Amino acid sequence: MRELKIFAVVVVITLITYWGIEPFAHSQMHPSVEPAEYSFGDVDGLKGMNGSASNGAELVASNCTACHSIESQGFPAVMDHETAAASYGVVPPDLGSSGLIYDENYLAAFIKDPVTASKLNHVFGDDKAHPMPGYDWMSDEEIADVVAYLQSIAPASMTNKEVFTDACQRCHSIHYGDMMGGSMAAYTPKAEITAYMGKLPPDISQHVISRGEKYLHEFINDPQKHLEGTAMPRVGLTQDSEAQVIAYMSEVGDSNKDERNSLGVKVLAYLVIFAVFAWLWKAKIWRDL
Amino acid sequence: MAQFTKANSVGEWFDQRLATNKFMKVMMTEYWIPKNVNFLWAMGVVLAVTFGILVISGIFLMMYYKPDVNLAFNSVNYTIMQEVAYGWLFRHMHGVAASVVFLVIYIHMLTGIYYGSYKKGREMIWISGMLLFVTFSAAGFSGYMLPWGQMSYWAAMVITNLFGGIPFIGDALVVWIRGDFNVADATLTRFFMLHVFLLPMVILGVIALHFYSLRVPHVNNQEGEEIDFDTEAEKYLAGNKKESKVIPFWPVFLSKDFAVLGIFFIFYFYLVFYHYSFAMDPINFEPANSMVTPPHIYPEWYFLWSYEVLRGFFFDIAGIKAFDLGLMAFGVANIIFFLLPFIDRDPEVLPAHKRPRFNIWFWILMVDLIVLTVYGKLPPTGVNAWVGFFSSITFLGLFIALPFVTKADAKARGAL
Amino acid sequence: MSDNVKRRDFLGYSFAAVAAVGGAASLVAMKQTWDPLPSVLAAGFTEVDLSNAKPGTPSTVTWRGKPIFILKKTDAMEQSGRDLVIGSDRYTVAIGLCTHLGCIPAWKDEMWKCACHGGEFNSSGVNTFGPPPRPLDIPPFSVKGTVIVLGEEGPEYKQMAQA
Repeated sequence: MRELKIFAVVVVITLITYWGIEPFAHSQMHPSVEPAEYSFGDVDGLKGMNGSASNGAELVASNCTACHSIESQGFPAVMDHETAAASYGVVPPDLGSSGLIYDENYLAAFIKDPVTASKLNHVFGDDKAHPMPGYDWMSDEEIADVVAYLQSIAPASMTNKEVFTDACQRCHSIHYGDMMGGSMAAYTPKAEITAYMGKLPPDISQHVISRGEKYLHEFINDPQKHLEGTAMPRVGLTQDSEAQVIAYMSEVGDSNKDERNSLGVKVLAYLVIFAVFAWLWKAKIWRDL
Repeated sequence: MAQFTKANSVGEWFDQRLATNKFMKVMMTEYWIPKNVNFLWAMGVVLAVTFGILVISGIFLMMYYKPDVNLAFNSVNYTIMQEVAYGWLFRHMHGVAASVVFLVIYIHMLTGIYYGSYKKGREMIWISGMLLFVTFSAAGFSGYMLPWGQMSYWAAMVITNLFGGIPFIGDALVVWIRGDFNVADATLTRFFMLHVFLLPMVILGVIALHFYSLRVPHVNNQEGEEIDFDTEAEKYLAGNKKESKVIPFWPVFLSKDFAVLGIFFIFYFYLVFYHYSFAMDPINFEPANSMVTPPHIYPEWYFLWSYEVLRGFFFDIAGIKAFDLGLMAFGVANIIFFLLPFIDRDPEVLPAHKRPRFNIWFWILMVDLIVLTVYGKLPPTGVNAWVGFFSSITFLGLFIALPFVTKADAKARGAL
Repeated sequence: MSDNVKRRDFLGYSFAAVAAVGGAASLVAMKQTWDPLPSVLAAGFTEVDLSNAKPGTPSTVTWRGKPIFILKKTDAMEQSGRDLVIGSDRYTVAIGLCTHLGCIPAWKDEMWKCACHGGEFNSSGVNTFGPPPRPLDIPPFSVKGTVIVLGEEGPEYKQMAQA
């Protein structure tokens, strides 16, 4: 009985100390931010319009393919990564998947005014032009056509890795995804992307651990929330695509998670059996004393 | 040459050559421990086993770890964590054990303080134990540097910078310790040497000293009762186990240790698999960058109380700079525990609940250590800075007060 | 008989002394093995061209693994004995490590603020608030026209270090 009391005292003191240095301290150091929201209502979106994909096809062919490849529709990249980076500052994305992975309202807003939609008014302006011009001279109907076209050519689904390469890999390397082959380096070479962004975008191989999934959702959905003044654009991923990106980061950065969770159950079950036997043996020996 | 006749069994063969029977009696079956002990007495064996886990998991980590600033981070977070079979398990075990060992060390230390097990012949047990605390701290600090993450680098920067506070030789000393002007590759490799070889060797030696120092004074008991071990041992050996006040180390004392270990393992492995961020801080999963300080730097939790004493003094007093005050207080705080047997002026060994003033002192110390620990983690701004200041003053004050507190108890009891 | 005892003592003590000398020499050698390598000590020179500096915005360069803040002062910024004066331009040149516990302060609102414990340094690198015990340290440097060479001690550095 006395031993149980002593044990209780030790446990309570340990838990109080633990609470203070973990949940409590971390809540003080990382004040919470608004949760991620995927309506992108703060910018000028589709306004409920539905465009015509066939009209959009013509508009895209005459306005976009000069810089953007659409490999799936027969518009190959005209420059390799190094040359594209040297010309634009950053490698422009292929548009083949944009209709699936990016929110349609965001896409409409972005095409009209890339700088505002991506929340980079503090980076791009009169001193430094965004490599993509805004298309606010198009009518809302035309913009909706473009978005409709992009959605029509997009695949029905993509793997986690495919979403990542399309949405993130132009700027971010994730070397652990292919340490031997090096295929997960950023598409834009280091010198160019550093000049373009002002700082080298970090390799994100371990970000799923160093930041955690909750932070990553909040951050990717609106980088300015956690890092005010950052040069990272809000990219407008849908909730599903964002989840896919983070799932890929977890596959790469915490690849043994499943094994860890399943082995843990087995080891703990074994240890319960071990403890039972240990106590039985102890009881037998101490009975005579 | 001693006379050797044909042995009748393997056991006898060894006994003839190594006196194994005598050895087993001395070390195990006739090594007498008081019966009146509780589970806190098992913490010593828990520590030995945890140290064993650290050594064994460390051996496997060493097979793949590369002590080079360009290679270290990936050797840990890619090779060991993702490629090596059970590499992630050994890394988790090593990191969590390094943290949990300090929880158990503190429980073990505070048990010793509570029951008065540091005085009246037991001073060397206490001092060798404190030496173990210091060497384990050095091992923890040097080990944390090895993954070469942001916390590894910046903790190394801040702590090696402290030596610059030593008058005259400080700045040169910092460069000498680091092997470079800055925390760099030279620093990493020498701390690897310390962590993997020199410190474990020293720890093993001090453990041997610690175990040996228990023999003559004997292990203490819950009431601080002075036991005639020879008489009680005779009772036990005569078959009078129930009346004897002692038990043999093997199998009786160790059987309870194993049962406590059984519970401990469930707790420890639960943390290893499911709850390890307190020991493997997420910030350290970002590669070290000498040009970017993380927004929050803090040491591992077991250093927090000490760290808070260091930064508790944030304004100059009587012409002495805040930085120097903090450094001096930090130095005192780390040495003062060694002197405990000599500051306690009560000549009797008794648990705190039989020493009323000491009991109050003990629980104030406990609360103060918790406050220092928690505030050591928080940003030291605003009211936090003042809480830090007053808890640091309290800590120093407690040790100044101890001689008077203990003398008062002894006088009230008639022992002085 | 007693003479033999004395000789044995003397020999014993002499032997102990010889062993002690050997031990001390070994420790000295071990201390030197721990020293920074000559290549590390020699590699500490970096050149910085000040002519491109934008007034009012500090830049950071690396010297011996440490960040070095270089700020070309605007006319509005206060003058200090710590300034590096080249022609009509005044510069702050300082090691960008907080003198409290070594974190890198960030430039915000015309001063360097350290996120670790709230220390603040003004545009001359002088500590104005919080735990830092002294201004930002000045790295040794020499001046060649508008280029400074970090690592060499020039006369300007010696003067600034006194201020």
